[in-house]
Amino acid sequence: MSAECPECGSKVELPEDAVENEILECALCGVELEVISLSPPTLELAPEEKEDWGE
Amino acid sequence: MNSQSEERKVRLGLLLSNIRLEEKLLIQEAQRRPDVELTLVDSREIVLDLQNERSLDVLLDRDISQSRAMHALQLFQNSGVKTINSYEAVRVGGDKLLTSKALHDAGIHTPRVRVAFTPESALSAIEEMGYPVVLKPVDGSWGRLMAKIENRIAAEAILEHKSHLSSYFHSVFYLQEWIQKPGRDIRAFVIEGETICAAYRVSDHWLTNAARGGRAMECAVTPELHQLCVRAARAVSGECLAIDLMETSNGFTVHEVNCAMEFKESLKAVKADIPARIIDYCIKAARAAQHQKEYQHV
Repeated sequence: MSAECPECGSKVELPEDAVENEILECALCGVELEVISLSPPTLELAPEEKEDWGE
Repeated sequence: MNSQSEERKVRLGLLLSNIRLEEKLLIQEAQRRPDVELTLVDSREIVLDLQNERSLDVLLDRDISQSRAMHALQLFQNSGVKTINSYEAVRVGGDKLLTSKALHDAGIHTPRVRVAFTPESALSAIEEMGYPVVLKPVDGSWGRLMAKIENRIAAEAILEHKSHLSSYFHSVFYLQEWIQKPGRDIRAFVIEGETICAAYRVSDHWLTNAARGGRAMECAVTPELHQLCVRAARAVSGECLAIDLMETSNGFTVHEVNCAMEFKESLKAVKADIPARIIDYCIKAARAAQHQKEYQHV
């Protein structure tokens, strides 16, 4: 299962156990991506880090 | 499955937005448990009212947004859902000043802290504390916007920059004593009053956060470390969290607690199955919540 990186256009392989909203990294351009849909596999740029993000 | 056993399933909610490796492991772990009915509660999609829903036994907070988590937990908790951690624990753990106060009040060794609200008073506090000193946002994480201030010139520049940042919270100047640590600090995981494992976070940089490149190495949980971490967890009313400590010539000093803790780096070094232990605890807490509700309806 693969989808297109919206940043660089390369093919990104999704893991077999991918879930919606999972964060992935494009191996080519390094940008963080969010799995928006599994059917069809669709990626968007992950949300940018916010000030209140953390643990 | 008969209706009786179906009824006894544990209704576990995961409050989250972005799904990182930690959340994925927790989801997979929960899905492996036959007695768990899992609901993903995406904080980007929910709309809560003051009564909000009660269709969960337990809500585990894994939201990357601390402000969304805090408000959501308060509403779920007020409507009778057991939340892990509690709203109170997340409020204290998400604020470095409240954390320092809670640790101090519990008699736990923690770095000396001063708080000031203007650049001028912050500069006075820094001069009184002595250099170097660490300036942190009260509500930050991952080592973000932290500064090690080595002299007065740097202090004046950083304080001026901070006072021009958009959020007022950057004008709450949280100053922490500089601790000379041995190229590492410790992250220990506490679940339900037990320190289940710990890892050193090793780095050549003074910031040892995993988010800043800190590497994990296993750290033995000694009785001293176990007891201190349990006391720190209790001080913030946390049930399932990570305690960050530094080693000093006078023993450990606790500098942070993390309620929705990250553990992917630590998993490389520790033997404990952290996600399994978290889900174990959620199930146990959910069963207790179910029994309590049944008792109330007798």
